Amino acid sequence: MPVDKKKLDEIILKCGRDRAHLLAIFQDVQKEYRYLPKEAIKYVCMRLGIPQSDGNEVATFYKSLSLKPRGKHTVHVCLGTACHLKGGADVLLSFIRQLDVQTGGTTADGEFTLESVNCLGACALAPLVRVDDKDFGKTTFQEVRNIISDFKDHQ
Amino acid sequence: MVQLAINGRRVSAGKGEMLLKVAQREGFVIPTLCYHELLGSAGRCRLCVVEVHDAGKKRVVASCLYPVKEGLEVFTDSDEVKLVRRTVLELLLARNPSAELIQHLARQHGINEARYVPDQDKGKCILCNLCVRCCKEIVGVSALGLSGKGPVKKVGPPFDEPSETCIGCGACVVICPTGHIVMEESKGVRTIWKKKFALAMCPTCKRYHLPIFQLEWISKTRNIPMEELMVCEDCR
Amino acid sequence: MPLSLEQLDAVGLKFKEKERAFEKIIRVCCGTGCITSGANRLLESLRSAVEREGLSSRILVKKTGCHGLCERGPIVTLGKDEILYQTVGKRDLDRDVELLLKTATEGKIADLLLLKAPGKKEKFVSPLEIPFYKGQKRVVLEMNGVINPEEIDDYIAHGGYRAPFKAFQMTQEKIIDCISASGLRGRGGGGFPTGRKWHSAYEADGQMKYLLANGDEGDPGAFMDRSLMEGNPHAIIEGMIIGGYAIGSNKGYIYVRDEYPLAVSRLSRAIEQAQNYGILGRNVFGSDFEFDVEIFRGGGAFVCGESTALMSSVEGRAGEPRDKYVHTVEQGLWAKPTNLNNVETWANVPSIINEGLEWYTSIGTKQSKGTKIFSLVGKVNNTGLIEVPMGITLRQIIFDLGGGIRGRRRFKAVQTGGPSGGCIPEQYLDMPVDFDSLASIGSMMGSGGMIVMDERDCMVDVARYFLQFLMEESCGKCTPCREGTRRMYEILDRICKGEGKIEDLMHLEELGRGLQWGAICGLGQTAPNPVLSTIRYFSDEYKAHIIEGRCPAGVCKDITTFTIMEDKCTGCMRCAAECPVGAVVGERKAPQTINDMLCITCGICYDVCPFDAVKIS
Repeated sequence: MPVDKKKLDEIILKCGRDRAHLLAIFQDVQKEYRYLPKEAIKYVCMRLGIPQSDGNEVATFYKSLSLKPRGKHTVHVCLGTACHLKGGADVLLSFIRQLDVQTGGTTADGEFTLESVNCLGACALAPLVRVDDKDFGKTTFQEVRNIISDFKDHQ
Repeated sequence: MVQLAINGRRVSAGKGEMLLKVAQREGFVIPTLCYHELLGSAGRCRLCVVEVHDAGKKRVVASCLYPVKEGLEVFTDSDEVKLVRRTVLELLLARNPSAELIQHLARQHGINEARYVPDQDKGKCILCNLCVRCCKEIVGVSALGLSGKGPVKKVGPPFDEPSETCIGCGACVVICPTGHIVMEESKGVRTIWKKKFALAMCPTCKRYHLPIFQLEWISKTRNIPMEELMVCEDCR
Repeated sequence: MPLSLEQLDAVGLKFKEKERAFEKIIRVCCGTGCITSGANRLLESLRSAVEREGLSSRILVKKTGCHGLCERGPIVTLGKDEILYQTVGKRDLDRDVELLLKTATEGKIADLLLLKAPGKKEKFVSPLEIPFYKGQKRVVLEMNGVINPEEIDDYIAHGGYRAPFKAFQMTQEKIIDCISASGLRGRGGGGFPTGRKWHSAYEADGQMKYLLANGDEGDPGAFMDRSLMEGNPHAIIEGMIIGGYAIGSNKGYIYVRDEYPLAVSRLSRAIEQAQNYGILGRNVFGSDFEFDVEIFRGGGAFVCGESTALMSSVEGRAGEPRDKYVHTVEQGLWAKPTNLNNVETWANVPSIINEGLEWYTSIGTKQSKGTKIFSLVGKVNNTGLIEVPMGITLRQIIFDLGGGIRGRRRFKAVQTGGPSGGCIPEQYLDMPVDFDSLASIGSMMGSGGMIVMDERDCMVDVARYFLQFLMEESCGKCTPCREGTRRMYEILDRICKGEGKIEDLMHLEELGRGLQWGAICGLGQTAPNPVLSTIRYFSDEYKAHIIEGRCPAGVCKDITTFTIMEDKCTGCMRCAAECPVGAVVGERKAPQTINDMLCITCGICYDVCPFDAVKIS
C-alpha cells in the first residue's frame, strides 16, 4: 500500500525527528491510516536514520500498534481484574459471536476490529467496553447487540 | 584494584570489572549462553547467575553484568543459584527440545527431561540476541531484530521478509550458540534467512566463494574495487 | 509573563470573586467513569437549560475531576459539601436537569437523586454524611471534586503553585531533607523513601539530570493515577517543579498510558497553561531556574511501568528493562542521572512543603506517613476511588467506606498489589494497610488496587487470570519470566480444566522460586505472588479442582454445570429473563431446565434465583 510521503513528513516534523519520538510518530501514522503500514515504518526509519529492524521491534512491541489493517471501528473489551470478575470474558464472547470474528481479528466487511485490552481504568463500571473513543460501562451480554448496531447506524 | 572472595577464596580484580570475567579468569566454572567476548551481554539467559553478599544483603545476580566491589562475597553454586540454573535449563529444554547444547547443559545440571509440553515451533532459538547484536555491532547492517514480546517474541529479519540490508555473510550463524540459524549453499546460490544470494565465482580458481551482494557492499563501504574482491581469499 | 506571589494571589482572588458572583455552583463530575455514565451529555443539557431559563448569571455549571464514587455516576455536587446527587441524568435526563435547577434556585432537595445507604431506608444529603467520603482524608485528591482541571486559575485560586515559592527560599539540601523527614515513600508500589532517592539523584555526577513521572498505571483494577492526572494535573507539575529545583534537573517527562486519552489531554492542557503563565519554562516564576515538562504517551505495554523499561521506552526503544546493578539515579534516561517517581508521589510534594512536616507526619503510621489513594472495586457496594490515611484497616476500607459486600454474598478475599500482589483472606481483615504489614502476609499494598471478592470468585481462576496477564505482558527478555509465566499459566489452566495433578502445587512453588530469584525485573520476580498466596490461603480450593475436578465457586467453565433443582424451583422465570443466551426453558410456575447445549456457564441464573434453586456441580 503506497503511503503519502508528504503526510508522513508532516507527522515526523510535528512529533520530532529523532529516535525518542518513534512511538509518537507511529501512533500518529496509525491514527491517519487506521493501522501502521509496513511501507510507512520503512519510510520513517529511513527519515530518522535508524535500521528497519529497530523500527520493526518498536512497532511490534507495543500492543496499541497494529501492522494489520483495522476495521472502521475498533472494539476494545476490557479484561482487567474487576472486569474479569464481573463477566468481561462473557462480554468478549458475545462480541465474538455477534461479529463472527476472533479476538484480534476484523470483520469481513471491514466494519469492526475486536481487541481485548488490559485495563482501561474505569474499574468501578466493570465490565467495560470502549468502541473508538466511546466507553460503555456495566456492559451485559445482551447490550453488545445494541452497541454494535449503534455504531453500524452512525457512520 | 579490588579485593573480593569467590567461594571462600580471595581474589583481586580491576575496578569495574564484571564478576563473570573475574570468576572465569580465576578458574571458576560459570555456564553462559547469551554472553560473548566480543559483544558482552544484556543478561537475557540468566544462566550465569551467582549469589552475592553485599553489605549484608543477599542477592542473586547475573555475573556477566555485575561489577566487582570491594569486600564482595560471591558464591557460584549456592542453592538459589542452582535453582535458577535448573529452572532456566528445564524451561529451555522444553522450548528447544532439539537443541543439543541445551540438552547437554541440562543433563550436566541433572535435568534429563522437562516437565512441560515441548514446543515444536521455536527451533533451537533461545532468544539470546547474539545474532542481532553481531549483525548490528560487528557487521553493521542490522539485518536482524527482535519482534513481539512475551510468548511470541522472536528473532528474524524485519517484517518476516528477506532483509534488504542482509549481505549473506553468515556471521550470525557462527555466533549463534545453538546452531539455530541455517545457511545453505547449492549451485552457486547461498540462502540464509529466506534471502537468496548469487555467489561470486573466482576468476582464478573458478570456485564459488562469497555472495556478490556482499562483495558489492564491501566495495562500497571500504572503497575497494570489485575486480579485487571477486578474486577469492585463497587465490589472493 | 512570570508570576510573582502577589500576582498569583491576584489571579486566585479574581477567580474566586468571579465564582462568588453566582448564587449557586453546580459541579458535574467529568472523570472517565462519569463520562461513561453520561456526564458530558448531562453537562451540555444542564448548561443549555441554565441559559434557556435565564439563570446564567445566577448559576454556574462547572466540570470537575473524578469525585471517586464512580459506580454511582454521574455525580453532581452543589455548594461546598452541601448536597451530593448520584446517577444524575442516567435514567431521565430532562427530569434530572429540572430537579437540579430546582435545587439550585429553590433549595428543593431531590430525594430521587440522593444516595441511599445500602440495605437501609436512610438517604444522605451532604457528602460529609456518606461513609464512603466520611472515612477519607483527601489530601492529594482534595481538589478533585472541586476545581475544573482545565482551568489553571481554579487551581491557583485554591492554593495551587504556592509551594515553589516556599521551596525557592530553601537550599536544595534543605528541600531534600524536608522530603526525607516527611517519610514520603514511593506511591507506585515500591515504597522506596523518596527523600533518599532525591538525595542520590542530587549527589549523582553530571550536569544534565532528568525527572520522570510514572503515570503508566498498568495494574488491572487500579485507576488512582488516572483520576489524579485527569482531575488535578497541576499537582503533579507543581511537585515536579520543586523536585527539579531540589535535585538540579531542568527537564521532566510525564509518562502516561496510552489507554488514558483524557489524562493525556488534561495534562497537555495543564502544561500549556503553566507555560503561558511562566510557571514552566526558562524562568520559573521569574527566577533563574529553568524547568519544563513534556508528555510521553505509552504504547500499551504493562512492563513499561517498570522504571528501566519506562526509560527505554522514552528513548524510543522497546520497553525492555535492565538489571539495576547500577542505579537509575546515577545512570537512567540516556545514561544520565534520573529521578523517577510515581505521579501520586509527585502530587504529595506540594502539600508537604505548604503544610509542613508536623502536619504531614501526623498522618499515617510510623513507617508509612501520609495518605494513600486506593481503587476499591469488585464485589463491594461502593466501588470507586478513596484516599485514606495509612494504617487504616482492610475491614474499615471494605465495610465502612465500601459499604460491605454487595447482595447476599460473603467476603472471601481482597486482592491487593495487582499482579505483583496476593489475595488476603478473612482472617486478616484487621490488618493495617501500609507499606509493610501486607507484605508480611504474602501480598503488598502495591499501587493501590483493591479488588474485593466473594464466594462466587474462584481463587484458582484468579491466579490463572493474573498469570495469563503477566505471560502476555512479559517483555520476553529473560528466560525465567518469558518461559516461566507461560508454563505457570499452562499448569493453572490445566487445573482450572480439571486436569490438574497433585504434583502441580509443589511444581508451581518451585518454578515460582526460580522466577523470584532469576528474573531481571519486578514483573517476573513478583509474577509468582498471586499463585503462591492463593495456594497458601486457599489450598482447599486447589485440592477441590485437582482431586475432585470441581470448582466450588462455579467459575471454571470446563468443570462447572448449572442445574435447576426441580424441588426448589417455583417457575418464577427470573433466570429465564436474565439468561443471555435463552438457555432456560420451561413453563411459568413449572420447574425450569437449563439447555446444556446453549448454556455459556455465566452463572447469572444462580446469582439471581431468589429461591436458591440453582445448583453448582
